[in-house]
Amino acid sequence: MSSQEQNDGVQTGRLASNIMHFARVLRAAGFPIGPGKTIEALEAVALIKLGPREDFYWALHGIFVERYSQAEIFDQAFRLFWRSPTELRQMMALAKPNAKNEENASSKEKIRRRVADALTSENSGKEEEEDNPELEFDITMTYSDSEILQEMDFESMSVEEIEEAKRVIAEMRLPIMEIPTRRYRLDERGNRIDMRATLKAGLRSNIGIMLLKHRRKVKRHPPLVVLCDISGSMSRYSRMFLHFVHAITNDRDRVQTFIFGTRLTNITRQLQNRDVDIALDRVAASATDWSGGTRIGESLHDFNRYWSRRVLGQGAVVLLITDGLDRGDIEGLEKEMARLKGSCRRLIWLNPLLRFEGFRPEARGVKAIMPFVNDFRAVHSLSRLRDIGEALSRVRSAEWFFEETME
Amino acid sequence: MNKKIPNSILETLSLLQREKFVANHELATMVFLSLSLNRPLLLEGPSGVGKSKLANVLAEGLGRRLIRLQCYEGLDISSSIYEWNYAGQMIEIRLAEQGNFTDKEVLLKNVFSERFLVKRPILEALAHTEEDAPVLLIDEIDRADSGFEAFLLEILSDFQVSVPELGAIGCDKPPIILLTSNRTRAISDALKRRCFFYQITYPDALAESKIIKQKVPEIGRKLTETLEELVHNSRLKRLRFEDLGGNSMAWANTLLELDREEVDSRTTGHKVSQFLLRQQQGSTQNGSNQIVELEHSILSDVEE
Repeated sequence: MSSQEQNDGVQTGRLASNIMHFARVLRAAGFPIGPGKTIEALEAVALIKLGPREDFYWALHGIFVERYSQAEIFDQAFRLFWRSPTELRQMMALAKPNAKNEENASSKEKIRRRVADALTSENSGKEEEEDNPELEFDITMTYSDSEILQEMDFESMSVEEIEEAKRVIAEMRLPIMEIPTRRYRLDERGNRIDMRATLKAGLRSNIGIMLLKHRRKVKRHPPLVVLCDISGSMSRYSRMFLHFVHAITNDRDRVQTFIFGTRLTNITRQLQNRDVDIALDRVAASATDWSGGTRIGESLHDFNRYWSRRVLGQGAVVLLITDGLDRGDIEGLEKEMARLKGSCRRLIWLNPLLRFEGFRPEARGVKAIMPFVNDFRAVHSLSRLRDIGEALSRVRSAEWFFEETME
Repeated sequence: MNKKIPNSILETLSLLQREKFVANHELATMVFLSLSLNRPLLLEGPSGVGKSKLANVLAEGLGRRLIRLQCYEGLDISSSIYEWNYAGQMIEIRLAEQGNFTDKEVLLKNVFSERFLVKRPILEALAHTEEDAPVLLIDEIDRADSGFEAFLLEILSDFQVSVPELGAIGCDKPPIILLTSNRTRAISDALKRRCFFYQITYPDALAESKIIKQKVPEIGRKLTETLEELVHNSRLKRLRFEDLGGNSMAWANTLLELDREEVDSRTTGHKVSQFLLRQQQGSTQNGSNQIVELEHSILSDVEE
């Protein structure tokens, strides 16, 4: 710090340095601010004689903000930076007794870890190399851009990278398996003889020979039901997932999508708009529980009660996207999970938290969900999102083989 | 004052320091090399880091004239290097006609002589008449069309301009040439090969506070004084019950505290900027939520 040169016994006069630090914070946030601007800001502040908060704000605003889009960021930076240190300490003191409350402490700890995680993974991947192997590619730079993008955590992406990822997602297709239905279709290479068609064809011809006609069961993608968590702990991911869900909704028929935080919302119709931005705007408008708490149990109960009979017909596959961190009633959750499992062909759980190597299913919610899922996958990067395709196509499991040979 | 070309890197540094230009050792090295080897210096970096300022400082410090060429899209030879004074030439021809001066060869030579050559910045810098060559600043070269760089190649390597009608115009003492670029497009390799290249970045906190100290030396004290005034005023206001909410008082107190205490830019500042970066990534729905998270993390820092 510049405190070495300011050690000449003067306690005051740090305001100038703080304005400089503020400029540096903005610079780090992407503002094109050179030292020239910092000096201008200092002069401007001196000119208005500091003045009330508004004057001070607008003086700095006038110097630093060049574009409309920067205004909001400036506003937040100002609010966060120009605060009294004592007040901060007092807030800390107030927060301390609360920390004794166990529930509070654990949730706060969680938040802290998440923030710390996000911050460290963003600023210096070097220290985190072992913890987060996915970031290695970023550091070594031996991979091409697209590969880096493939492996990058959604949480640590920059604006451009997110745009790029959205583009990749928009092109994604799920190679979901096809399952035979009860209907038949005429097929020359079918494995069953179609007696009716054979007789009909035989009557039509008069050569005295009947050529056998064959038929085969019609195959179809099973319906896909997506249940996506949009609670606070998932907020960074749910945006990407919604893009993903939009891509697969428009890729095929019979996709039903629900989002839940504290309550369940069906967003299938909203997602049907071809334009992803319009679709997501509508989704945003239709749900009221964005980034709030999670009540997986109640939400699943609602689903089971009001929707499962309608949308889980014909061997539907369910994608459950959540981190499993639940505030609600765990016993209820187990019951609902069991019912959900019982009413679908296959239940696949996509969990972004799985990227942490030390992830253990210790949260009660996670423990409750675990026994009922057929497949459990990490989805925090593009390549992992691709893997889901693989998981879905693997559904051609024993049951499918069984049906095939029974015919 | 010593206005000679510096003899060592340290001398260069002290020259820059004398002119109140905060430079690191690398930049001083590049400037020293460029001065002693007569090679142009190409400076690249974001706006506002003092690229053009360096030319000013060098001209001032070495007692040279500064010739500046601001580049822009569509900049061509006639406005950057030289141009013929057509009007003057026409008058000369008319006069020759009236005076029945008919020797064509002589007339042509007269008309295309240096007398009718309008020197634009680059030629002016090359064909200088002063004792010390001037400093030529070619500012924001990336704004000019890439074709313009080709004009510069001859000038930068041989310090001469070829005028077809006159031949090459050169000089004994080449000017000190500085080029700056904001990196809005890539500069051609041919141009880069002829220059020393240095990338100026934003200064670190220490250098920046030095810059501030040199440019506005009394600002810290001045701000403290105005702050005292502000505190005084808000106290008065409070006494007169004009401001019962105490908003201005709280603000004055915040400023007072921040005047005594420097925000640690490595922890708090860093976190704030990281947070802002994430905000820019466009998650508007959960802004308040994230602010809470950030506050928690800052608090946990303070605790430690």
